[in-house]
Amino acid sequence: MPSDDPTLAVDISDALSEKEKVKFTVHTKTNLPGFDKPEFSVVRLHEEFIWLHDTLAQDDEYCGFIIPPPPPRPDFDASREKLQKLGEGEGTMTKEEFNKTKQELEAEYLATFKKTVAMHEVFLQRLAAHPKFKNDVNFRIFLGYNDDLSVRGKNKKEKLVDLLSKYGKSADDLVLSNTQKDIDEFFEHQKVFLIEYHKHIKDCTSRADKMTRSHKNVASSYSRIGSDLIGLSTVDSNKLERYYAKNADCFEKARKSEERIASDEDLKLSDTLRYWMRETAAAKDLLYRRLRSLANYESANKNLDKARLRNRDVALAEDAQQKAGEKFESISKLAKQELQDFNSRRILFFRKNFVDLVELELKHAKAQVQLYKNCIASLKEELLD
Amino acid sequence: MDPSEGSIHVDEDDHDDLFVSAIDQSQSRQTSQGTLKSSNNTMEDLNTVGDEIDLGDDDELEEEEGKNENINRQEQVSGPQSMLIKVNPLENTNGGSMEPSGPLSDMSSLKATIDASCTSKHTSENVAYRPSGLDRRTAEIDFQSEESDTFLEIKVADPQKVGEGMGSYVSYKVSTRTNIPSFRKSNFSVSRRFSDFLGLREKLAEKHIHSGHIVPPPPEKDAVNNAKVIMSKDDSTSSSDFLEKRAASLTRFVNRIATHPVLKSDPNFREFLELESELPKAKSTSALSGAGVRRLFNRMGDTVSKITFRMDETDPWFEEKQHQIDILDQQLRKLQASVEGLIHFRKELTQSTGSFAKSAAMLGNCEEHTALSCALSQLAETHEKIEQLHADQTNSDFYHLSEPLRDYISLISVIKELFHQRVKVYQTWQHAQQMLNKKRQAKAHHDLAGKPNSQDQEEIVEWEAKVERGQQEFDQISGNIKSEVEKFEFDRVKDFKSTFIKYMESLLEDQQQLIKYWEAFLPEAKAIA
Repeated sequence: MPSDDPTLAVDISDALSEKEKVKFTVHTKTNLPGFDKPEFSVVRLHEEFIWLHDTLAQDDEYCGFIIPPPPPRPDFDASREKLQKLGEGEGTMTKEEFNKTKQELEAEYLATFKKTVAMHEVFLQRLAAHPKFKNDVNFRIFLGYNDDLSVRGKNKKEKLVDLLSKYGKSADDLVLSNTQKDIDEFFEHQKVFLIEYHKHIKDCTSRADKMTRSHKNVASSYSRIGSDLIGLSTVDSNKLERYYAKNADCFEKARKSEERIASDEDLKLSDTLRYWMRETAAAKDLLYRRLRSLANYESANKNLDKARLRNRDVALAEDAQQKAGEKFESISKLAKQELQDFNSRRILFFRKNFVDLVELELKHAKAQVQLYKNCIASLKEELLD
Repeated sequence: MDPSEGSIHVDEDDHDDLFVSAIDQSQSRQTSQGTLKSSNNTMEDLNTVGDEIDLGDDDELEEEEGKNENINRQEQVSGPQSMLIKVNPLENTNGGSMEPSGPLSDMSSLKATIDASCTSKHTSENVAYRPSGLDRRTAEIDFQSEESDTFLEIKVADPQKVGEGMGSYVSYKVSTRTNIPSFRKSNFSVSRRFSDFLGLREKLAEKHIHSGHIVPPPPEKDAVNNAKVIMSKDDSTSSSDFLEKRAASLTRFVNRIATHPVLKSDPNFREFLELESELPKAKSTSALSGAGVRRLFNRMGDTVSKITFRMDETDPWFEEKQHQIDILDQQLRKLQASVEGLIHFRKELTQSTGSFAKSAAMLGNCEEHTALSCALSQLAETHEKIEQLHADQTNSDFYHLSEPLRDYISLISVIKELFHQRVKVYQTWQHAQQMLNKKRQAKAHHDLAGKPNSQDQEEIVEWEAKVERGQQEFDQISGNIKSEVEKFEFDRVKDFKSTFIKYMESLLEDQQQLIKYWEAFLPEAKAIA
């Protein structure tokens, strides 16, 4: 890559899970001015990602932009629960069961890990690719500052305040969208579209989640059938012993494959939908902020009219009206650009993930075809005995 | 056994009554008495015992009884082992034969203790005996060679709904092809309804189970699906699919009878295949529904295991087989439960795939970008196809895995029923043996008292015949069960092998189809731009 082409490439090169937290190694490669080195890595926690998101969301300067949605909290609860079960069962389980559970746990853990890393990486890459955010001071601190940022998680009171303001905002949003007339057709149309889109993509995400969950259940019933076959091979007629073992082996392999399909679908399908559900929500927030500022502008106009009528504080009102007007204009302008960008980003994102999804599906299905072919051939050998 | 029973009878003076009550009142006691026998006592043996008893007079016997009572009490205190032991002294005074050690070296240690305690006290009365006259061979039978030049092939097909509404039923065409000369034609077919199959099963079971033959279990009577078929006006695919599968399991059922060396010649079976008119309506076939039969078998299975424990198997083949069948039954049920779990989850997956397809289609509708909208619709369509694929695979799970397993679990129930029958036959035989001994003793009593009774000898002869018949029946049922179970095992190995291959093939096909669907979607995904 030519050195004069300004780049900021961010990826998560490594991640380490400790008890309650996950440590992400954020790796940056850049030739942008303002960084000390062209390549460096820092270790960041999930809370620091959230802090970064919140500072961006609170910054008035960015109210004309779609604030990239924050990555969801790493969820290793299911794995942890299984790990605990494994620890408890260590004495009672047979070695076979133990190994099997251990393997399942590892696979599940790996899948959750991949998912978490992907979600965090997407957030950073979205910021790095954005013309405005990539220059954000906090973002640069996040990327470059070597020590931890000593952000603390929110305490309960702050969380409550957040929640209340969120409710206040959505109530306001509801009122505004019903009362505030928008003269701009583009935004009116985007609003209708995003609301509709958000509704459907949310539904779609939850259904995709349900689908992957039931897929995992299918995989674990393969595993149970496998163990039962092993059980049979130890008690049943000698003539069938090897036969059961071969079948059990096949079921076990099929289980692994199905499990991988489920987690790949989760990663490529559900998470794509989930991410865009969040992006859509962020875009809706942007529209709300614009509408709010339009409402502010209109009330500033009214105030100005009143002030003129009474001939009091006219200059103050004029100033306020002008500022509100400017703000509204600037938000509208930025938002228009952002929404267009939102649409083109969505197309690319879906394309990439759908292609990935299909390729993974094909890979797994082909592997299974081979597995069953081998299994059938091997079972047919037994028929000759 | 209730411990109190043992001691109650002992304080009776009249020995005859004592034994009658001992035999009649407690079935389980009979069994435990039986533990000491299961022999082919020769008449000489029995006579010897009889002579020995003749020597003693009433007082001595009473003394003996008193001793026994003491033993009983002691044993009762000593713990659960007393359950079996209490009866043994009675058994010995009764001239029953003992099995001190002998060829049955693999007796349980409990039994060994009993034997030891009894032999030490009643040595003189112990009669050595040789183990049962059963044919102990567990010969490898070449089942394939049984198929001679004759053949009998039956096909159940063409399910047809007859009538309308609640009174309607489904009739099947049962076509037979054979070269057995006793059939009037070589190619013929009749129309039979499901309850006729159940009726046939009932008749055959009545006749043949007690002599130790595996009468194949009837196919499941799936009430829900059945009702759907009957109530439905149109020939919906799901119901016709169900009927096809049922026809297949009925085919398997009748062909199991047709290949059975004894059952195939049963007149009821002939009538079922040949009689052109409708069969007389079978009574209470609803009570014979698969579930009902299974429940019945399950209950019997329980009883069998209880009784056989008491019976204390003398034939190692049976001991081993019963144990093996029990474990196999357990494991198969476990596997069957796991397969049912798979079916449940795959059904769920089918549903959730379907609802995802619908949702994706809606998302596609509201997507403004043409190519992405198109791709989402295609994704929805792909998932609709996958939904169908999952539904088909659920069917395969059921028909290639769950159903064959269920079939074998009910076959095993029949085998357990056979084991139970054998115990019953054994009990009858042992009862006859008891009665014979009692009669002999009565005769000895009368002779000794100088009042010979002419009836005694007649009764002895009568019971001797019964003993002989009992033993014959026992030998017969034991022999039949052996060859039946061995044939079952042979067929099962073959069946299991092909079952799993079929199932794996269904999975293979499923994945191949999946590849096609995704390959068709790939260009759509790539076309998003």
